[in-house]
Parts: sequence; structure tokens; C-alpha cells
Amino acid sequence: MASKFKQALDQGKFVVTSEVAPPKGVNLEKMAHHIELLKDKVDAMNVTDHQSSVMRFPSLGAALMVKEMGGEPILQMTCRDRNRLALQADLLFAHQRGINNVLCLTGDSVVLGDHKTAKGVFDLDSSQLVAAVRKLEKGKDMAGNELDGAVSFCAGAIVTPEANPIQPQLIKFEKKIEAGAEFIQTQAVYDLENFKNFMEYARQFPVKVLAGIILLTSAPMARFMNKNVAGVTVPQEFIDEMASAPKGGAIKKGIEIAGRQIKQIVEENICDGVHIMAIGKEELVPDIMAAGGLL
Amino acid sequence: MIRSITRKKPDEELDRLLENQDRVFIFGCGTCTTLTNTGGAEQVQAMQEYLASKGKLVTGSTVLPVACDNLTHEGLRAFSGQINQASALVIMSCAFGVQNIASQLQKMVIPALDTLFIGKETGVGQFNEVCTQCGTCVLGETGGICPVTACHKGLINGPCGGTNNGKCEIDKNKDCAWTLIYNRLAEIGQLDLMKRFQPPRNHQGEPSPGKILLEG
Repeated sequence: MASKFKQALDQGKFVVTSEVAPPKGVNLEKMAHHIELLKDKVDAMNVTDHQSSVMRFPSLGAALMVKEMGGEPILQMTCRDRNRLALQADLLFAHQRGINNVLCLTGDSVVLGDHKTAKGVFDLDSSQLVAAVRKLEKGKDMAGNELDGAVSFCAGAIVTPEANPIQPQLIKFEKKIEAGAEFIQTQAVYDLENFKNFMEYARQFPVKVLAGIILLTSAPMARFMNKNVAGVTVPQEFIDEMASAPKGGAIKKGIEIAGRQIKQIVEENICDGVHIMAIGKEELVPDIMAAGGLL
Repeated sequence: MIRSITRKKPDEELDRLLENQDRVFIFGCGTCTTLTNTGGAEQVQAMQEYLASKGKLVTGSTVLPVACDNLTHEGLRAFSGQINQASALVIMSCAFGVQNIASQLQKMVIPALDTLFIGKETGVGQFNEVCTQCGTCVLGETGGICPVTACHKGLINGPCGGTNNGKCEIDKNKDCAWTLIYNRLAEIGQLDLMKRFQPPRNHQGEPSPGKILLEG
């Protein structure tokens, strides 16, 4: 049976996803709180996989928790930490435990994280991982051996519509779709005119696109992202707007901006949904959704 | 010409390796480590002074013409007296030179350098790795630029999401290999090559440990 998330995509519903960040440790209280708060509001929750190459509670374990609490998990899997045996094994386990959505990512370099001398694996890349999911669904492993029981997933990948240069990214985007990606979540998009151009191109492919919305929490945070986060460009007007917020009102302003963007995406039918990233402030996702007219 | 590119080990590591060694002989190499300023005459001299300052007795030193060469034994013989007086050999060559010397002398060897990669000098004092000798060459599909080597993650289907302004996510001074490949393929009208989905690599393409015996 298709996952709830896939059903929502297929029905043409405007889909909303958010994120759950596994903790660095075994105290799952905060994560459980976020899951409880969001599970009935969003269509699915992405569970990040050692985000920014920082070692944390595993995404597989956290996705299982989302499932057990009655939410719809999207298991993020990066190619950074596991070779093709481990990735396939995790997919078998995920499927068997009712986790039916997977987002295939290459993963940040270990050099950027908190275990800088670790070995980055990258046995597969994101497009090859998508292809591996499809192969496992056909009842074969990547080496062509028969499986005793096949998997089934709604598989997705990501794209960075503001990457510079964009052309190599678009070639990779097409490869991910060719490999079998059904949905695409984007890196944060702030310049919706640019995003519309991207969507005009993306619409020729049979894939659902969810626009990435990252909550701005302050003007310095926006400048930091411009400087340090690849493929993210916060326009000056948003930075000015954030800076103009009264003292203590920056987050409210950030929610307002995110809400405005979501409204425009919905009203102009720009893409198929949004992926809201509140990065550590997941409790604000309902506020963002409300500001965007989604609640 | 390709070279073995090396970097000096941190002093603390060298100090630890030399902890119980009071009498040392120092080898430099006249080839790659002279080019990279890590094991030429000047660096050997500086090492001599450093070790003396640490209370070591330096029994002698030499810069071998080519530490990895078969003729190295000639050089070793010429200094056999001073070498025999030493308890350990501090070797400022690449790891190949260290192993070559170790195989010929019954002495403790201490590499003073870390061997980083096989590369070439692309500008004055600038060394770039161009091949990791993976055994599964993809240059025919990438316009002659190696993504296995030049992409930090060794990706073969295109760039990751970390590339920014044509640079690599790990270092703003490093070109994104896939931007270079894209530009090259576009220039020569072969972008279709990049659009082809590449299956997962054979990571066992290089016989490890590498050993080839020609038949016949």
C-alpha cells in the first residue's frame, strides 16, 4: 500500500512537510514533543541523518519513533556514512518497520562536522541511492541477488534551485528523476521569481516539487546563511526587513516572511507543496503554517 | 612529471617518534621532497639544527639523489660509518623512499614527512593531485578531468548540493570538479556524456595491495 505521504502527493493535495532533528544523545523528550506537536498538522516529517555531519541519534531510530507515535516519517539517508551494504540493509529494516518514505541525499562532507577526521564513505551518490531503492523494490539487491521479500518506498531527492552555476545541478536533478525519484524537496528558496523559472523547467518532469522554506530568525542569521550555506541566497530586502523588526520581534518577523512566501506559493500554484525547516525551532512550524494560511 | 607530494609531520609527532632515540642519521631526497621544500638540503640542515636543539646527536646527514631508486644502496654504503653510529634514521623523503631505505638497513626508520598524494606542480609552489590511481578510469566521460580525484566526495554523476559559486563545500579555494567538468564538456560540445547515469563504481578496481605480474 502506498504511504500516506505518497497518497497525499498523488491526490494533488498541497503537501506540507517539516523536520525532526534527532538529538545528540539519548534524551528524546524534545524530539517527542515536536513529533507530538506536528504529527497531525503536517503530511510528513523528515528525519535528518547526522545533519551537517554532526553525530546524533540515528535517523532510522528517530523515523521509527515518528511512526510509533502515529506520524508519517520521511527517512533521510545520506551516502556519507554507510556503504551500499549498510544502506540497503537499513532500507530493508525501514520498510519492514513501516517506514515507507525515503529521501536520498549525498550528505555533507565529514570535514564540516564534529568528527572531522572520519572517513567519508560516498560508496554511492544520491542518484545511485534512488536507483538502489527502485532495484530493491523489484526484489533484487544491487548485486542482482534475489531478496526474500521486497521493499516499497516513496523515494525522493533534493535540488538546489539557487545553485551557482545551476546547469550542473539540473543535470543531476534529471538523473535523480531518471533513477526514480517521485518527489523533490528543494534547498531554501527565497527568491520566488527565480524559483518560478526553475519550476517552469521542472514541470516537464513527472515529479512533485516541495519548496524549501527556512525560517529566518534574525538579520545576522540571514547574513550567515548567505555567507556559509551553499546554494542559499537571502535577498537584501528580507535582511532589511528582519533588521527592521523591533527588539525581540525578529522571530515574529521571520514567521511573517515565511508565511508570506507560503501564501504566494499556494496562491500562484507555483509548486506542489512546501518543506518547512525551522532548524531547532520546530515548535514554531504551526505558527509558520498558520501565517501561510495552511492551518 | 608527476611527483610524490609530502608535508612535514608536526614537531610533537616527530618528538614522540624520537623519544627513545638519542643518535640519529638524517636522509633527504634530491627529487620530490627537494621540489616541495620538505626534504631538500635546506630542510635537512634545519632538521639537523632542530634535532640538536632537542639534545639529539646527529651522526650525519645526506641528501640522496633519488631515495626511491634502486641505486640508493650506493648512497647508503658511502655513509655506512655514520649510519652505523645512529640508533634511528630520520627520513625526509616520501613513504616510498622510507620503505626503500628500511628494506636495506637494519635500523629503526622515522619518517619526518607525511606523504599526501601523487601530484604535479601546477604553479610555483602549488601542487595538485590529478589521479588517485583507482583502476577504473572515467576520464573518457568527463572531458579529461577526474572527478574521482578532483571531487572531494569522488562523485561520478554530477555535483553535490554543497557546491557554491563553482567552488567545493570544503574549501572556497578549491574548484568544484563538476563545474570544471560541465564547463569543459560544454566547450567541446559533449554535454550528453554528463547526462548519462553512471552506475555505482567498482571500488575494487585497483588491486589492493597493488600487485601486477605480467604473464609470459
